[in-house]
Amino acid sequence: MTEPKRKNSPLGKRNRENNRKGRTGPTAKMTDNIQFLLLAMPAIVLIFVFCYLPMGGVVLAFKNFNVKQGVFGSPWVGFKNFEFFFTSSDAWRVLRNTVGLNILFIFGKLVCSVAFAVLMFGIRRKGTLKFYQTVTIIPSFLSWVVIGFMAYSLLEPTRGVVNRLIQAFGGDPVQWYAVPAYWPIILLLVVLWQGVGSGSIFYFASLMGIDRDYFEAAQLDGATRWQQTRYITLPFLVPLITIMTTLDIGKIIRSDFGLFYNVTRNVGALYPSTDVIDTYIYRALMKVGDIGMSSAVGLFQSVVGFVLILVTNLIVRKIEPDNALF
Amino acid sequence: MAARLSAKETKHTKKPQWIAHSIAILFSILCIIPFLIVISSSLTNEFALNEHGYQLWPTFFDTTAYQYIFRNPRTIVNSYGVTILVTVATTVLGVLFMAMIAYPLSRRNCKFRRFLSFYIFFTMLFSGGLVPGYILTTQYLHLKDNILVMIVPSLVNAFHVIMIRTFFQRLPDSLFESAKIDGASEFRIFFSIAMPLSVPVLASVAFFTAMGKWSDWYTAMLYINKEELVPLQYLLYRIQNNLQVLLSAMTNVTGITINPRDLPGNNLIMAMAVVATGPMLFVFPFFQKYFVQGLTMGAVKG
Repeated sequence: MTEPKRKNSPLGKRNRENNRKGRTGPTAKMTDNIQFLLLAMPAIVLIFVFCYLPMGGVVLAFKNFNVKQGVFGSPWVGFKNFEFFFTSSDAWRVLRNTVGLNILFIFGKLVCSVAFAVLMFGIRRKGTLKFYQTVTIIPSFLSWVVIGFMAYSLLEPTRGVVNRLIQAFGGDPVQWYAVPAYWPIILLLVVLWQGVGSGSIFYFASLMGIDRDYFEAAQLDGATRWQQTRYITLPFLVPLITIMTTLDIGKIIRSDFGLFYNVTRNVGALYPSTDVIDTYIYRALMKVGDIGMSSAVGLFQSVVGFVLILVTNLIVRKIEPDNALF
Repeated sequence: MAARLSAKETKHTKKPQWIAHSIAILFSILCIIPFLIVISSSLTNEFALNEHGYQLWPTFFDTTAYQYIFRNPRTIVNSYGVTILVTVATTVLGVLFMAMIAYPLSRRNCKFRRFLSFYIFFTMLFSGGLVPGYILTTQYLHLKDNILVMIVPSLVNAFHVIMIRTFFQRLPDSLFESAKIDGASEFRIFFSIAMPLSVPVLASVAFFTAMGKWSDWYTAMLYINKEELVPLQYLLYRIQNNLQVLLSAMTNVTGITINPRDLPGNNLIMAMAVVATGPMLFVFPFFQKYFVQGLTMGAVKG
């Protein structure tokens, strides 16, 4: 520390004196750590109550819960709850929908977000760039309820925009809310519409860290625009892509409840292609009141997600340790 | 040589710029169209909707839906109050608590840093699931039909904590060292150095939290039955299912007999969507300038 800087210190002379006399050594370290602990305390308590306590609740999956006896007093039933779910005809359907749609979403969102971020990175005019980013990020701040209304105004059989357009071109209207086969694509489009703007912001933010010299050097060597993207921009994004995808794979067995509940309007006819684990658990819990089975399925989700993220991370670490999540 | 190079360069950059702009414009238009449809269908009536379908621009202009909402605004004003209270409380407390735990995580002289990192990170990997959380909240914490249920459980988000921590870590070390030498306590360093210098990331996190809370309807669907605690988005959700109930309630209260021909339908739903969503869109640009900066510096790395 240089002398002039110290003189400018806003904390004054007395503090410096204190520091020289007694604010180093073990006592000071203790004080520091106590202060750290005090700072962290509110969040520690909140995380404990709302994240760790429910983890203890996974015992519910092995119990026949009743309110009177509480979580710990209710009788054990072993793997009955799991059996009940996995032998039901719904299990295969909701598992296939959850994983299949998630793979579709993860892949689609990744490709589109990265592509859009790279495109935005190439735009020089700051004002225009900001405009694009503002407009495209807005959908991600809408609630699924509102997005559900929007989808409905497009897809409603008689008054919806899409069917009106089809009719204007002489086609036959489609009963969108009755044909499950269309929905994987519809949901993918909704997810992209909603998520690409905000998803690309992360990649764009990361791209801002590239040293512009690389591009200048590449241009001097006659690299085309595409070559610059292929060999400078994209490799630069690999760490972030890996981390985001690892996190996504950990969530492959979970779904955004709002999307599946509101955009499909919870129409029973669409369940064959849109019923996912989360909507299934919700119905089992709220409509049927089957606490045992829904917590069994929830535990199954958590365990599978946990294992998947560990395995993915392990694989990433084998290939490129720097890109691993932990 | 130099002239040839620059000519080549413009050739390389001009064309992709044009492509990038057209893709961005197309995507921007696609993002705006559904808004226009919602706004336009809120400004027409049920008959016109049946006749012309949902449109980008209303063929028949009618503000009945908004008159309905504002003739008896008690419900929506109440829901606005709930949503604003929940959003503000969660954002202010949440950002404060998250920054407070992110700070020790970022400091190398914190003894329990590694443990704390794991403690937070683990919640991103494993969770108890919907049901244990539901039972805990309703049976043990007795938070059903309590406004706190929409605030307290969502105060701390692991992902955001890590973002803030990373930002703190990238502040120059010398700042902290000199403050220490001058005898500042960790409290003081946190509140008068770390926090003021981290406005970009704090603003980004605040904004994400606020947006998330504003559009949250799920928590209310699980835990709220009391009329006076229904937030905006859940009100919207319920209206979609109970349009008739709502209409009769509104007509009864106002005591005016209305020709059934003029009863609003989906235009009312759309008008409610506009009223519920609009304000957030105006807040957005004020925060946006912090985004890229906040995210760049806070870019996640575990």
